[in-house]
Amino acid sequence: MSNTAISVSDLSKKYGGRMAVSHATFEVPLGTICGFVGPNGSGKTTTMRMLLGLITPTGGTGEILGESIKHPEKYLPRVGAMIEGPAFYPALSGSENLKYLANLGGFSTDRVQYLLDQVGLGDRAKSKYKTYSLGMKQRLGIAAALLPNPKLLMLDEPTNGLDPEGIQEVRSLLRALADEGTSVFVSSHLLSELELISDYLVMLRKGEVVFTGKMSDLMLDQQPVIIAKGAHESDLGALLAIAQRAGHRAVIRDGAVHVEGPAEWALEFNRAAFDAGITLSQLTPQLPNLEETFFEMTGEK
Amino acid sequence: MWRVALSELRKLRRPTLFLGTMGAVVFFSALFSSLLFLLIDSPDGNSDRGRTVSREVLGLATGGVQGFSSVGGFLGIIALCVFAAQTAQEYTYGTLRNILVRQPGRIRILVGKFIAMKLFALVMIIFSGIVSISASILLAPRAKVSTDLWFGPDGRHALLTTSINIIISVIGFGTIGMVLGLLLRSPISAISFGVLWLLIVENLLIAVKNSLQDWMPGAQLSAIASGGAVRGFTTGIEYSHALLVGGAYVAVGVIIASFLFLRRDVSN
Repeated sequence: MSNTAISVSDLSKKYGGRMAVSHATFEVPLGTICGFVGPNGSGKTTTMRMLLGLITPTGGTGEILGESIKHPEKYLPRVGAMIEGPAFYPALSGSENLKYLANLGGFSTDRVQYLLDQVGLGDRAKSKYKTYSLGMKQRLGIAAALLPNPKLLMLDEPTNGLDPEGIQEVRSLLRALADEGTSVFVSSHLLSELELISDYLVMLRKGEVVFTGKMSDLMLDQQPVIIAKGAHESDLGALLAIAQRAGHRAVIRDGAVHVEGPAEWALEFNRAAFDAGITLSQLTPQLPNLEETFFEMTGEK
Repeated sequence: MWRVALSELRKLRRPTLFLGTMGAVVFFSALFSSLLFLLIDSPDGNSDRGRTVSREVLGLATGGVQGFSSVGGFLGIIALCVFAAQTAQEYTYGTLRNILVRQPGRIRILVGKFIAMKLFALVMIIFSGIVSISASILLAPRAKVSTDLWFGPDGRHALLTTSINIIISVIGFGTIGMVLGLLLRSPISAISFGVLWLLIVENLLIAVKNSLQDWMPGAQLSAIASGGAVRGFTTGIEYSHALLVGGAYVAVGVIIASFLFLRRDVSN
């Protein structure tokens, strides 16, 4: 039995002359939470649609839970998904919408109320979908994805429209599901959220995979940064020059000098600044977070 | 397939759709049949397009189902709207992607939806039949129409054949609605196109060149509902011709729409 939840090789989708996804190759191990990130239009949703059998790839192969993506009927009963936001019938209640999908997939409707309670919609189960707020619609989408008690959960921007409490609840829910053995493949523009929960990461840029692997490997590979501020704003130029003279890449960003270099060099930097007559008001060595890494790798900022 | 049909019925039975549609069916069935008897002596006619159906014709074995037969084309238009809306809204609501994730067999989805909508259409026809025949029975004495032949073997045969003809016609109209829904992927476009074509464009074309009525899809399906030229409501179109040409339109539409539905990417 395969130990990967998702495995794709050279997966491509071409629309006219434009490659929406170009030779994507990556694997998502079973039982992990894998973040799927990329700028708008980088091909995340197209990739997810190909994995769910909604669109036909123009090239490459893929497997979900050990079954070829050419035969979605073999794996979809074990997959829960919410793609491009929730989509339900406005005139049916939340409960009726879930029962509709449960009937369709051959799942028991007994789980419907339990799932609605789990996503915090228990008391609005009988309200029509069209009366739901954006956050409630999103919660219903997550409940629908959980209907088959999935082995693999694929969520596209699940926290869209949720308040901070809702985001935290989704994060806890995904972590709990992963701990129970469910593999989670989740795209989000809230990179700080993904950084908190993801074990694995697949990063796309213009349809191409620019990173795939463990989140910890990605972060360890990143050059640490020392952030420094002088007592006066006019000190920034001098601090920048000190760092560059010492052979480090440095930029002025958000009113501080960001220097690429090991944390130990902070001591030397402090001394050099002191020698130049600059009193530092901040000197913070830190590893870049996922957001900074993302911008660095995708060239988005 | 049956799971799709069961799910679809959950959607079709919602009160606004079910009661609204059945309410319209009951109202217009009662109206069509009542006018047939209440306006029997009117110089302006008592049937569609100013035609007169005489006391003698209504007194035949087919008289009891005359109103039911007249409303058949109207039931077809309702079926077209319901089938088109229920199919096309999966695209506009974006629910098609949910359906395909839960049931990736696209042919099963089409067949399951079709079965459910056919059941809905059957209920519609049963309601219409009960209301229009009841109205005819109630109003016949007042219009001095003899009902003796209605309840004999020929009357029962007329009820059976009329019901079958209306079922074929309504399902045909509904299938065209479903095909339009799949092709145009928008309920408003599908319904507008279907209704405008059937009620206006076809009639204009036939008015310009009468022989075209033998080849227009709506005219064929209406002819089937009314039993063809024999009954005199759609003069010029033989029942067998209507069945053949109407069936060909429906079959070609189904083949094209199914092919597109099977092959088309779901990217909305």
